[in-house]
Amino acid sequence: MLTKEEVQHIAKLARIELTEQEVEKFQKDLSEILDYFDILKSAKTSGVEPMTHSVPLQNVMREDTPQKQSLEVVEELIEMAPEKEKGFVRVKEVFSQGKNK
Amino acid sequence: MTNQSLSIKDITTGLSQKKFSAVELVQSFLNTIKEKEKNLNAFIEITGDLALKEAKAIDEKIVKGVDLSVLAGVPCAVKDAILVEGQRCTAGSRMLKDYVAPYDATVIKKIKDAGAVIVGKTNMDEFGMGASTENSAFGPTKNPHDLSRVPGGSSGGAAASVAAYESVVSLGEDTGGSIRLPASFCGVVGLKPTYGAVSRNGIIALASSLDQVGPFAKTVEDAEILFNVIRGKDPADSTSVEPQISNDQFLISKLRIGVPKEYFAKGLDPQIEKVIREAIKKFEEAGAHIEEIELPNTKYALATYYIINTSEASANLARFDGIRYGEQAKETANLLQTYIRSRGESLGPEVKRRIMLGTYALSVGYYDAYYIKAQKVRTLLKQDFDSAFKKVDIIAGPVSPFLPFKIGERVDDPMAMYLVDIYTVPVNLAGLPGISVPVGKVGNLPVGLQLIARPFREDLLFEIGKLAEQHAK
Repeated sequence: MLTKEEVQHIAKLARIELTEQEVEKFQKDLSEILDYFDILKSAKTSGVEPMTHSVPLQNVMREDTPQKQSLEVVEELIEMAPEKEKGFVRVKEVFSQGKNK
Repeated sequence: MTNQSLSIKDITTGLSQKKFSAVELVQSFLNTIKEKEKNLNAFIEITGDLALKEAKAIDEKIVKGVDLSVLAGVPCAVKDAILVEGQRCTAGSRMLKDYVAPYDATVIKKIKDAGAVIVGKTNMDEFGMGASTENSAFGPTKNPHDLSRVPGGSSGGAAASVAAYESVVSLGEDTGGSIRLPASFCGVVGLKPTYGAVSRNGIIALASSLDQVGPFAKTVEDAEILFNVIRGKDPADSTSVEPQISNDQFLISKLRIGVPKEYFAKGLDPQIEKVIREAIKKFEEAGAHIEEIELPNTKYALATYYIINTSEASANLARFDGIRYGEQAKETANLLQTYIRSRGESLGPEVKRRIMLGTYALSVGYYDAYYIKAQKVRTLLKQDFDSAFKKVDIIAGPVSPFLPFKIGERVDDPMAMYLVDIYTVPVNLAGLPGISVPVGKVGNLPVGLQLIARPFREDLLFEIGKLAEQHAK
């Protein structure tokens, strides 16, 4: 069974704020699901390669040249941001004296 | 004019013979939608203006004598994870409740070029996470066959809209069964193409190694027509493939159908088993060779799926942080609070659960035990199918162990909900194509037959699906 601290740690890594009730509910849910995942312990995988892709494709690359977009498109995309200013997306301070811990 | 049983070809004929105009046709579907939606909730957004504009353009082409394209005038509904330019695209989430798509997904460009008329964006489990459409931030969709029951998920709205004659066809998306399950529960045809057959450009991603867009229709023929419009390599999706089309002649007497014993084990509702075995028997009576096969690693499929799905989802949903789009929490003190509060406030419980599971499975100390292990077991599951396809051409079985369940029955128990997808997830893990074709009922509840083929052999799924359809008449 996951501890409350473990749940809060995962939530912080996932950048999700949880209420007290959510922490309790997820503690129970996540523990149950993780217990179910233990079934994989009995799968015989020595010498087996991990499969990241079902279809065997080689990396498909294009030329690394920028595809310029019109000003309209840029404006439309900026418009979608909840906070914007003078054609830029506005965010809170990224570097601040130890506040973002 | 009744729009109940119109097929794509009926519409092409009807329009070219001027039995009705495209505007008249779409108006009648929009009326049906208006009438049924209060009970069904299949749509998050009804795109009436767009539909009428597209229909008008089709009528102008008819007047000019321009040849009708293959989907001209055909009312199509689109799952709300697929971007349609200028229309809201919510992915069933509060996080994107006011997000307007800035471009068309590649599949949407293709259906628009083919003349389809988009009638609305359909309801879904939030970000594709669910098997019942109960995890939508916009209320559940009801099963048209029994309004107290779920339509399946996550593409529940897209399946229900076809089943209720609100649209002729629809586009859904399937990561672990999200087309095949609602197709089975709603009594319509639903295809999950081979991974790579259809472009994922413009689809709000859930799990990038599993997601595929596919068609819903009343008939296999209509599903085939729509699939042929949306398939194809796309430079904007590096995982898309232009396959060789098989020229094999189909002969029922040469067909070998595999029936996996693991898909008929304890847990399968005996009423469903009866319907499925009858459908398989009819193939045998028609001359096919039926053989029991083994897919021995099936018992690991669900755990493998949920580790990979949640891990990939935790990465794909990291972008929903309230900065570039979506809902942003108000009055936060610093950047970290903006992230954690925007996500905490606007993401639903199942989404949070899955992001957290994925974050855990990928974290230091657990990555090998969970994620790498699951990717290895995924190889074993693929090997099971490869071995089976040495002996048989098609695998047949049920879509789900359960009949459409009551709304509220499973939504508070995550594991109970995950078990619904037990026969569909292996197909996504192996990247194979799978179709659900309605073959019977238990009472008034539809039952779908799942057919699985080798990569890029959707043609076989259509041939055998059409047979199953005929047998079920």
